[in-house]
Amino acid sequence: MSLLEIKNLTAKLAEEDKQILNGLNLTVEKGQVAAIMGPNGSGKSTLSYVLAGREDYEVTGGEALLDGENILELDPDERAAKGLFLAFQYPIEIPGVGQMTFLKAAINAQRRKNGLDEIATPEFIKLVNGRAKELGISQDMLRRSVNVGFSGGEKKRNEILQMALLQPKLAILDETDSGLDIDALKIVADGVNAMRSPDRGFVVITHYQRLLDYIKPDVVHVLSAGRIIKTGGPELALELEAKGYADIVGKAA
Amino acid sequence: MPAVQETVEQVRAIDVDQYKYGFSTEIEMELAPKGLSEDIVRYISARKNEPAWMLEWRLDAYRRWLTMREPEWARVDYPQIDFQDMYYYAAPKSNAAPQSLDEIDPAILETYKKLGIPLREQEILAGVAPEKRIAVDAVFDSVSVVTTFKEELRKSGVIFCSISEALQEHPELVRQYIGSVVPTTDNFYATLNAAVFSDGSFVYIPPDVRCPMELSTYFRINEQKTGQFERTLIIADKGSYVSYLEGCTAPMRDENQLHAAVVELIAHDDAEIKYSTVQNWFPGDAEGKGGIYNFVTKRGDCRGARSKISWTQVETGSAITWKYPSCILRGDDSQGEFYSIAVSNGAQQVDSGTKMIHLGKNTRSRIISKGISAGRSQNTYRGLVSAHRRATNAKNFTNCDSLLIGNACGAHTVPYIESKTASAVFEHEATTSKVSEDQMFYCMQRGLTQEEAIALIVNGFVKDVLQQLPMEFMVEAQKLIAISLEGSVG
Ligand SMILES: Nc1ncnc2c1ncn2[C@@H]1O[C@H](COP(=O)(O)OP(=O)(O)OP(=O)(O)O)[C@@H](O)[C@H]1O
Ligand SMILES: [Mg+2]
Repeated sequence: MSLLEIKNLTAKLAEEDKQILNGLNLTVEKGQVAAIMGPNGSGKSTLSYVLAGREDYEVTGGEALLDGENILELDPDERAAKGLFLAFQYPIEIPGVGQMTFLKAAINAQRRKNGLDEIATPEFIKLVNGRAKELGISQDMLRRSVNVGFSGGEKKRNEILQMALLQPKLAILDETDSGLDIDALKIVADGVNAMRSPDRGFVVITHYQRLLDYIKPDVVHVLSAGRIIKTGGPELALELEAKGYADIVGKAA
Repeated sequence: MPAVQETVEQVRAIDVDQYKYGFSTEIEMELAPKGLSEDIVRYISARKNEPAWMLEWRLDAYRRWLTMREPEWARVDYPQIDFQDMYYYAAPKSNAAPQSLDEIDPAILETYKKLGIPLREQEILAGVAPEKRIAVDAVFDSVSVVTTFKEELRKSGVIFCSISEALQEHPELVRQYIGSVVPTTDNFYATLNAAVFSDGSFVYIPPDVRCPMELSTYFRINEQKTGQFERTLIIADKGSYVSYLEGCTAPMRDENQLHAAVVELIAHDDAEIKYSTVQNWFPGDAEGKGGIYNFVTKRGDCRGARSKISWTQVETGSAITWKYPSCILRGDDSQGEFYSIAVSNGAQQVDSGTKMIHLGKNTRSRIISKGISAGRSQNTYRGLVSAHRRATNAKNFTNCDSLLIGNACGAHTVPYIESKTASAVFEHEATTSKVSEDQMFYCMQRGLTQEEAIALIVNGFVKDVLQQLPMEFMVEAQKLIAISLEGSVG
């Protein structure tokens, strides 16, 4: 069984009659890293939001199966507990809520939903400190409020920290590379690579080959106007980097 | 963090609109005849065996009250109150001055136990470190039914008892201070209170004594159609310190009940009073039916040099709140603080804030107010900061933040500033924000339910103020806030 199977998914803005996803088909296998590339405004972030259950979008047709189960009817937190993680293109600030508080709340919320005991505080602290160190996240950042006053790159690294702590089955990284300096890019890529495993899958949304140099994708999909219009191997990304989207988009249209 | 978790569990354990303290106790009560008149004032005074001067003081207030009008400037809206259609005195029949807990009606003890307020000292002592002990004055409708740890406190010279008892045992102290901060002529509700107050707490801390434990009063309204008019008087003599907490609950009823209290604090030279309130009167149902009208006058007088008074309030209950705990900074170098969290949900209306009156030199004040509005509620911060001509170098810092949950509620900030000295420095910051869909979605994507997400975000918003509460009450207050916001989204 595939890890993620999206069949003929259509979605529109909830408040307006604007269709964004237009019959999208996509399969991600366990152990796979799938890259999604595509022009600005093509619907990449929308796809990730729809999968994660954001209310601003209304699914008008199709299905999305995670481990064979249609998740489109579930609340966002239930999807999260089933192992879906989204690293946001623009991480959100939560003033006054300490990072540690937030991380522990998230871990325990998921554990509870999965019938597990809450994590013990010493174990939690050890876990966070370990991962934070690997990702170059300082103690000072851990003491601050969630994403408040973080630089763009720090926010992105913080998303990866959360992913590393929550150990999802399927992680969707929405332009996690944008805003990262060269060293941070490597650190983040190492973090992702360390988590690659036969039963985990990744959807990596990016505009640049640079990230894919570090995180080697198994497949590359091109998303345009709300549909996957082309699928290929890693070489497809190189081709896009060289020629841009005009060719492919033109052919598909 | 466990607090957030507990909060959520508690929220889950109750249904929407289920006020946890909404039960009432079946108990035989002695009620004064309904309505208000000079006779009722005499009746109350007689029931308490008060000295003649006290009765005169009450009657003065009553006559004055007849000439006064209800204040209308607050941003609250309610039908005319019929002051003749309520009882001004309700006391448990059994309570003929109990000497010990054994003489108290078990139904009352059971009530407080249900509210989580143990009154038996042995129970409190079991497993509690001495510094964590809390002495309680329990006020049930119109009377104080018991005050715990009185003897223990007496050893350090601290007087902690009901104000009725203080009138018997220490009339000279009461006479010296009562009405000296909130005069009988102060305002409509304070004047009404002066005429008919039935009980409340009295605290006196002698010079240079640090009160050895936390003091608290727990107010419970039980009887129907009864107003609660308590009066609290706290005196911190030179160089002393006391921390005091009040809590309040009432049964769920579809009538509105009036609570018009007066609290007076006096801090002499170098003394400090820390006064915390966790107000959880029944707020009424989601449609706005029932609930307590909480019309309260609280004022502290920093009478001595270098004295300090600090008000911390967590206001989650009441249908209507009209309350402005204030500080008169009379002594040179004295300090006043006001930390407030006011939560409104459903159809609640809150008009609350503070007054910092700078009279002495180098006086400082600090106001941190966090208003959280949800449902269809209206939440107003109203505050005055003033500096007298003499108050050179007066300093104030005010920060008012409002958080909105949903689109149907309102938050308002009404600051008044008056300065008669050029050397005063008053700073004012105000923000209004919304719990954003982005924040909610972000939290939920990480696995938190909607309720957990709200609790987390709100706790973040109020954190600075929560930290001002005595440790033991922080968690309690956190839970209360989350419960009050139950049903505010979705
Ligand atoms: N909440 C919204 N309100 C209005 N328009 C929206 C909303 N969400 C998405 N859109 C529109 O839908 C289209 C797809 O947006 P989306 O963010 O998914 O693109 P994207 O592929 O992630 O682009 P980028 O590469 O720039 O991140 C765009 O035209 C965008 O303006
Ligand atoms: Mg995008």
